[in-house]
Amino acid sequence: MSALLEIDQIGISFGGVKALLGVSLAVARGEVVALIGPNGAGKTTVFNCISGLYHPQQGRIVVDGREIQGLRPHRVAQLGIARTFQNIELFKHMSTVDNLLLGRHLHMRSGVLAGMALLGPYLPAAREELRHRTRVEEIIDFLDLQAVRGERVGNLPYGTQKVVELGRALAMEPRVLLLDEPAAGMNLEEKQDLRIWIQDIVALFGVAILLIEHDMQFVGDLAQRVVALNYGECIAAGTPAEVRAHPEVLKAYLGAEAVA
Amino acid sequence: MDMKRSYYEDLRLFDTLPLSLWLGVAVLALAAAPAVFGNYPLYVIGYIAINVIVALGLNVLVGYTGQISLGHAGFFAIGAYAVTMLANAGLPILPALLLAGLIAAAFGFLLGLPALRLEGPYLAVVTLGFGLTVETIFAKAAFFGGATGPAVPAFDLVLVPGFSREQNLYLLIVATAGLSLLAVRNLMHTRVGRAFVAIRDSDIAASCAGVDLTYYKTLAFAVSAFFTGLGGGLFAFHLGQVDPTTFNLMLSILFLAMVVIGGVGSILGSVLGAVVISLLNLKLKGLKMADFEQLPLIGHELAGFLGRNFMETGMANIQFIVYGTILVLIMLFEPLGLYGIWIRTKRYWRTWPF
Ligand SMILES: Nc1ncnc2c1ncn2[C@@H]1O[C@H](COP(=O)(O)OP(=O)(O)O)[C@@H](O)[C@H]1O
Ligand SMILES: [Mg+2]
Repeated sequence: MSALLEIDQIGISFGGVKALLGVSLAVARGEVVALIGPNGAGKTTVFNCISGLYHPQQGRIVVDGREIQGLRPHRVAQLGIARTFQNIELFKHMSTVDNLLLGRHLHMRSGVLAGMALLGPYLPAAREELRHRTRVEEIIDFLDLQAVRGERVGNLPYGTQKVVELGRALAMEPRVLLLDEPAAGMNLEEKQDLRIWIQDIVALFGVAILLIEHDMQFVGDLAQRVVALNYGECIAAGTPAEVRAHPEVLKAYLGAEAVA
Repeated sequence: MDMKRSYYEDLRLFDTLPLSLWLGVAVLALAAAPAVFGNYPLYVIGYIAINVIVALGLNVLVGYTGQISLGHAGFFAIGAYAVTMLANAGLPILPALLLAGLIAAAFGFLLGLPALRLEGPYLAVVTLGFGLTVETIFAKAAFFGGATGPAVPAFDLVLVPGFSREQNLYLLIVATAGLSLLAVRNLMHTRVGRAFVAIRDSDIAASCAGVDLTYYKTLAFAVSAFFTGLGGGLFAFHLGQVDPTTFNLMLSILFLAMVVIGGVGSILGSVLGAVVISLLNLKLKGLKMADFEQLPLIGHELAGFLGRNFMETGMANIQFIVYGTILVLIMLFEPLGLYGIWIRTKRYWRTWPF
């Protein structure tokens, strides 16, 4: 299986603290891989390295055969990598529609002059807006966001904000989707919806998904493979059942004394 | 909860019928003004309109992109000097104005580069330094006319045959302000404007969604400087002279006050802020000790108090005490400025005729 996203032995430290130490994993098209581990294990740091927010000091990150470590975030996004954030990073003064339209940024072209000249629905910038608005509306329908289309997202409930963030990532039409604790803080019903959406996204668009999640039920339902981190190192990898039963994982989660 | 609307509706120029009507009335009134008013009212409206252009430009940077500038008087000065020197070199007025805006934009771009790595107080200091440097260079360099500034050529553009020089200048200024309003409003509804706001709300998320922070932050500086330079160019003709001491830190703060008092990140706020500050500035600028005697009730006491505690020259800066007070009050009670007050009033009157 040739992976779409391949992380090879990356390492990064902040000051003296080694946040990641030789972490490797791979995600193929149409596959969901979960990244688990206790708080502070380095999961979000892996995402930040992929996104270009951090530049790993060792190792390689390869997307579709191309090394991306060291690229700036917008260049990484151009290669078809989208993400959500553990602590929601929405454009909170913009509406749901505008947040999703921003997700279309890479697929749009209008510059300053075309933008200023927008006049009614006739000039190129306006036609471009309308075209992409149609795509955004499809996502709004898909994620059931019709009711909050024009709402400032800062005013939306937490769970809805998480869905809008997913929508913005989808609007980018990514090949790789990184979801950082998408179900955290959601109620059972919202989690149920989210699970189905993620399954659809994989089935319909063949996206490769890397998922950080604490809810092992959720992980078991979605992921084909799981990678467990602790103190910046991979401690286990395999199917959800294998990883859940792995002694190192039990130890990491329960603490050494519980196993001993 | 709003129903699924035609997407075209969101792109329409004006959201509601009443707003379109009011704007129509405003445009007609401004167009008819030269036929009705004498030169001084036209001068005042022209002054306000220039400040509207600058406030819009500054709001693109401060309100929409979330960056700070304490140096916009520098771009204003660059616009004023550029238009003067280009016109003196024989360039017709319209191309000179456009070029002046573009020159200011180029400087905005250059200032935007170091600004990329700086935020908050650091950016404030850099832009402050920029404004002071520009002011000093213009005042000291013989090439720019030294302390007296270069002579501004006569305004010879004829927009309406038969109109006086003042009337033509008025029309040019007001038309430029109208076009600037339209341009900024449109920009904020399309890809580039959205990227600006996205950077303000979450630069991390914006960059991970493909927004090149370097490009768009410098672009915001350039766009902002363009409109400010354009305003400066018009100002040169409006005042009929270019005096380097005008373009000081206080002017930068005045511009910032317009944006903050009007409402950060709002087109209407830029207009309201510019109107209020311009009028206050005209009213308060030439204030003399004796003027306080005219005030009812407290006039005599106040004049006495001021006479004991301020020098006569200090009075010339009384407007800054007023702006300062207003700014503090706005920050404390209505961070969205006049625009915020407008929104709340509108909500309150929602059921009123319209
Ligand atoms: N920018 C940073 N500066 C310093 N330390 C960091 C930074 N980012 C992450 N770390 C450290 O890396 C470790 C892993 O953090 P993180 O990836 O957020 O964990 P989690 O697995 O909970 O997502 C933590 O010890 C954290 O303090
Ligand atoms: Mg995390």
